[in-house]
Amino acid sequence: MAEADTVIQMAGAAPVTGEAMLVAERLTRRFGGLAANQDVCLTLERGKLHALLGPNGAGKSTCINMLSGDLPPSEGRILLGGKDITGLGAAQRSRIGIGRSYQRTNIFPQFSVLENCRLAAQSRNPRPWKLFTDAMHLFDTLERARAAILEAGLGGREERIAGTMSHGEQRQLEIAMVLATDARVLLLDEPLAGMGSDESAQMVELLRGLKENRAILLVEHDMDAVFAVADTITVMVNGVVLESGPPEQIRNSADVQTAYLGDGHV
Amino acid sequence: MNPTTQSRVAMIFKLAVLAGVIAFPVFGSAFYTEMVAKVLVLAIFAMSLDLLVGFTGLVSLGHAAYFGIAAYAVALATPKYDPANLWVVFPLAVLAAALAAFFIGLFVLRTKGIYFIMVTLAFAQMAYYIFHDTPLGGGSDGIYVNFKPDATIAGWTPFDLNEPLQLYYIVVLALVAVFAFLSLVLRSPFGRVLVGIRSNEHRMQSLGYATFRYKLAAFTLAGALAGVAGFLYAVLFGFVTPEYLSWHQSGNVLMMVILGGMGNLGGAVLGAFAFIGLQELFSDWTKHWQLLMGGVIVAAVLFMPGGLSALPRRILKVVNGERGNG
Repeated sequence: MAEADTVIQMAGAAPVTGEAMLVAERLTRRFGGLAANQDVCLTLERGKLHALLGPNGAGKSTCINMLSGDLPPSEGRILLGGKDITGLGAAQRSRIGIGRSYQRTNIFPQFSVLENCRLAAQSRNPRPWKLFTDAMHLFDTLERARAAILEAGLGGREERIAGTMSHGEQRQLEIAMVLATDARVLLLDEPLAGMGSDESAQMVELLRGLKENRAILLVEHDMDAVFAVADTITVMVNGVVLESGPPEQIRNSADVQTAYLGDGHV
Repeated sequence: MNPTTQSRVAMIFKLAVLAGVIAFPVFGSAFYTEMVAKVLVLAIFAMSLDLLVGFTGLVSLGHAAYFGIAAYAVALATPKYDPANLWVVFPLAVLAAALAAFFIGLFVLRTKGIYFIMVTLAFAQMAYYIFHDTPLGGGSDGIYVNFKPDATIAGWTPFDLNEPLQLYYIVVLALVAVFAFLSLVLRSPFGRVLVGIRSNEHRMQSLGYATFRYKLAAFTLAGALAGVAGFLYAVLFGFVTPEYLSWHQSGNVLMMVILGGMGNLGGAVLGAFAFIGLQELFSDWTKHWQLLMGGVIVAAVLFMPGGLSALPRRILKVVNGERGNG
């Protein structure tokens, strides 16, 4: 482990101050000759929100896909609580507490809000052999689903058919489903994508509340939102980490400004 | 009509159909009673396929393989001059179908979409040629099942399958049992996962479900239930032919499911009745009945999305709409 720690320092990752939950060590992913990610190091800490910034094509999606198990890395390791989980697939990672939401809304549109979250909650204790038990009578699962719906701010909309809700509500549902799996590490891929300003403000409030007791990675384009909620920001450009640190450091970084924020955004 | 009233009406309709089926032998001739029994067996077959096509989103074009394997198991397990014991041959036939589905499922479930359709068809064709072209199956003429299985258990004979009427009610009982079993399974945690896989398999995986295992379990279960139908079919008609495993048979049962409405157990039963009914009607008119049947299926797909089982709701919508305008 000592060796791993020095590797992180060498690659210039942000200093770790709290309890590290998910650690990415020098993740590299090649598509043919192209390195979509090269030696990317990240640490997600309990109670902290870590934002991943970068222009289109910087490799943010590749990075989150490797962390969630949707895409195997070409090189590097991923550790959860110190254990190497690089070889685990998406389903297995979900079961050990890594939950992921998707950039393009990825829900069960024909199902009710409750059924979406109930399925998510059921994955923690699936009991598939109970062929003659009504799934609606598994009260521990129902309770967890309802709690997640409330926490994501969808109270009172349990019976709504997911596909008929507004875009913002569907994004909230996406988060509710991750919460229903009791994930300790949340990987959120652009939860604010396509949202109006009111909806965004609501989501930022929601994100703030979620940090407690969980480690969050937030991939996001909305600068105002990122600087409002992030404890640490990592900026990627062309598949490599350009800079990583607290929001003030990123805001004042000359490198980041020329590479990414140079359009007068900040 | 609100949803509760609708489901109550659907329930009353199902019970009325069941009452009609139970009372049928009193009014119908022996010929038509046997035909209804045939439809009921095919309805079990169609429900087993609907578990895959309608509820799990797996369009299998080789489902006749499991039906046929169970039927051949009956023929091969029946001695030439004696009846086989029902309590041996029935589990044996269902187990043979389930095992075949399990091992074929291990391979085919690694594919998706059009490839899945092609590979299920390919495996079914292999099974077809095993019974058609090897000494095992008795060639294209098939095998006679000279004696229907004997239901005697510990010296007591609860029923006699040689009695057409008793056999008929055993088939009715099997249909009700399979319908009830699948209804329960579909509202269980397992069934909910299958419907989730149909809706969005990738999301189910990212929620932590090992979807392959669920699909394999569903495929095996569907194979076993197709085996129940295949067993009854062999017992009902007293012979088996490779045609039971042919791709026509797989196509016919798929058409029953589509005609009745995918993802609806009652629809599968309705589809079996409609398909065989139309088949009888058209073949009375012309020997090119398949041409007419094809036309009906195309029309059904184009103008009747959701099949026969969705028809009442669609009609209701039109009626309500007109009332709203007037």
